[in-house]
Amino acid sequence: MNTLVSPMDSVAVAIVGSGGAGSITAGSLLLEAAGRIGWYGLMTRSVGPQIRGGEALAMVRLAGAPVGSHGDHFDVLLALDWHNADRFVDEVPLNANSLILAEAEAGEPPAVIMASGARLVTLPLESLAEGVEEGRPNIVALGVLARLLALPLDELLIVASRALERKGLDVDLLQETLKTGYDAAEILDDSIRALPPAPARGTRWRLTGNEAAALGALRGGVRFAAVYPITPATDLSEWLAVRLQRVGGHLIQAEDEIAALNMVLGASYGGIPSLTVTSGPGLALMSETLGLAVAAEVPAVVVNVMRGGPSTGIPTKSEQSDLNMALYGLHGDAPHLVLAANTVSDCLSATQWAVQLAEALQCPAIVLSDQFLGQSQAVCEQPVDHDGLGVASRLVAVEPGSAGRYDRYALTDNGISPMALPGTPGGQYTADGLEHNAHGIPSSRAADHRAQLDKRRDKLLHYDYGPLWADEEGDGELAVVVWGSATGPVREAAARARAQGLAVKVLSLRLLFPVQPTRLSALLAGVQRVLVVEQSHSQQFYGYLKAHYALPGEIRVLNQPGPLPIRPAAVLTQLLQWR
Amino acid sequence: MGKPQPILSSLEAKDYKSAVKPIWCPGCGHFGIESALFRALAHLGLPPEQVAVISGIGCSSRLPAYTECYGFHGIHGRALPMATGLKLARPDLTVVVASGDGDAFSIGGNHFIHACRRNVDMTCIVMDNEVYGMTKGQPSPTTPPNWDCKIAPGGTGVSPFSPLMVALASGAGFIARGFSGDRNGIAKMLVEAIRYPGFALLQVLSPCVTFRPEEKDWRLQVHPSELPTTANWAEATRRLAADDGMTTGIFYKAELPLYPATVMEPIDQLNAIETELTL
Repeated sequence: MNTLVSPMDSVAVAIVGSGGAGSITAGSLLLEAAGRIGWYGLMTRSVGPQIRGGEALAMVRLAGAPVGSHGDHFDVLLALDWHNADRFVDEVPLNANSLILAEAEAGEPPAVIMASGARLVTLPLESLAEGVEEGRPNIVALGVLARLLALPLDELLIVASRALERKGLDVDLLQETLKTGYDAAEILDDSIRALPPAPARGTRWRLTGNEAAALGALRGGVRFAAVYPITPATDLSEWLAVRLQRVGGHLIQAEDEIAALNMVLGASYGGIPSLTVTSGPGLALMSETLGLAVAAEVPAVVVNVMRGGPSTGIPTKSEQSDLNMALYGLHGDAPHLVLAANTVSDCLSATQWAVQLAEALQCPAIVLSDQFLGQSQAVCEQPVDHDGLGVASRLVAVEPGSAGRYDRYALTDNGISPMALPGTPGGQYTADGLEHNAHGIPSSRAADHRAQLDKRRDKLLHYDYGPLWADEEGDGELAVVVWGSATGPVREAAARARAQGLAVKVLSLRLLFPVQPTRLSALLAGVQRVLVVEQSHSQQFYGYLKAHYALPGEIRVLNQPGPLPIRPAAVLTQLLQWR
Repeated sequence: MGKPQPILSSLEAKDYKSAVKPIWCPGCGHFGIESALFRALAHLGLPPEQVAVISGIGCSSRLPAYTECYGFHGIHGRALPMATGLKLARPDLTVVVASGDGDAFSIGGNHFIHACRRNVDMTCIVMDNEVYGMTKGQPSPTTPPNWDCKIAPGGTGVSPFSPLMVALASGAGFIARGFSGDRNGIAKMLVEAIRYPGFALLQVLSPCVTFRPEEKDWRLQVHPSELPTTANWAEATRRLAADDGMTTGIFYKAELPLYPATVMEPIDQLNAIETELTL
């Protein structure tokens, strides 16, 4: 639950520099140090397309409550240099209250940055760093930020020495470098942006959405993964590869995405919960195989970390524009599961749930995450252990009977038929993408097609998905219906609106397919106005809602494409205009 | 590799045949391959439930349902990755891929190359009739360039490729060719291929009597290799380069490193992984 009710409750810092200057390291250390003493936080990396070098931006937001967006403005922009920094100007909105801290030797800041009216202070970060053996400007900058944010220097030293000792840096020298920055920041004492009081310390987790999704897969019981590298999903696969080894599983890099999903189906057919990881172009390649998983009733999970599209699009930036493909991209009438994570840590729950549902319902599940959720690092509460989330289980035919008698696709009351695993005597059958009868024999008879279509639809319709299908927050005649990473800024805007006396309900859908019209109508009882918020140019989510749900009263849509995130202020403006 | 050893079983070839009637045309070469596979499995004494036959799309790929084994009739060209996933997840199973020249060499060409080099333990049977039969007579990657057909009047003008040389160049360690009319010959090769610890490729020349009736003459054209199987890659390359495409036999059989990992028993707990993520 996001309780950020005012922009004053948080501090947002952007650190920019050319590749290798250490801006990402500085941001990461800042996040970790703040997390250690009880702050919540979010850090998003933004980098240029260069493989090495180029420019890099770390956006860090720290607060006394969980952080779901980067807010409206940055309080501090720290520039280690200005090389290509103007590329990031859209991502780092500043205002007249913002503070720009810049390397003194870096020259004039780009005019477009100064146009914000923010106050500029230059500091000789490089020469200060040169004054200390092994000194580095980004560590000096961290010392500056420590003083500016009233963050204990000791905490920064702990995280910095732990992170940098691999590089052989001396702890005493590290401390001296931090202190140099801290002392130099004395000139900023008139503009301290102290963090609000730290909330009680609890067990905090620090993870990216991609790590969370991988852990959710492991918790759900996934022990086999087949993947093809694609930005921004690759780091999920890399994190998972090592951990799968540690639990006796295996991740294989396939020759392409088509092979990846077919490997997954093969492993899953063998009885091992399996998953693949991709992004839009890869999901497109997997489309035919998803149809096979539906027809042959083989569990499979695809985590799709969305990026700007279509085609190669903007691989390193976020967008919620694969929704239509995930929902409607399969050929034939192909009922399947589509789930969406709505926070960094929810990537864990959404993926774990997807594994459970795919295994229980013997069909493919697509989990939609995106670059923002996947690659942002959050300091958050220990991910919620939702009731009912555990290790997946599949209805297995243990004693299928004698060979030739077992009906793999038997028509049962709930549409789910026991699945024989290879090796089980008497359970031999051929899983088939051809339409088939209950026994699994290929059939083009109308009655068999109808019966199997009904079966595959009904098993999804009759399943009780429970309360996890959507997150409900607040109450009021005005409701925001949202999904995925757009939920973060919406929750923040709603909290601010409530603080201003406007009752707002927020509904964030975690289960997108199969649709839940009765449940949504119940949640929308009494609602007169609905604001739909999404990060898609063509209003894909609104189109989905219109197609499947009866939305009450007046409807407005706030949508924008990537790469820029939806800001809480944009949502708040809509809400307040509508009061 | 955990492959069941031959046992003194009473299994006979007929025990592997299901009640499903094949869609193949009378006289199709694929009947001979089906029969040979059953003989090989019976000879090896492999219980049907320990065998998985994986296929894509095409006449060849209908085979799984005609067996009493476990089967997966998937999508066009993708049998090899599916078989790879299954074998890595279930190393205890014997995995056989049934494919054709269009399925394995055209739409599945990329997977073919990588299955050869990956060397996961499985046997891949490619029933090569140099034509797309299921879609009623289009040229495949092994069809001669001057074969006249509706989709390419006067022929494609494109030379066929040599799948066995591609397999050799891609790193396959067991490379053989058979003829569907020689059921015992293919059965013997299949026994060796299934026993081979790694990716074994068996191309079977299998006449399509409907769309390529001239292939009935293959019976007269095939000839067994006069040379013994070699484990020498350069030697195998020379032989295949000089081959007329109608030689049968196991050309190459070498000891190569297997794909190194499979799913196995847990060796660590999830808690330790979760601890990494706590601050």
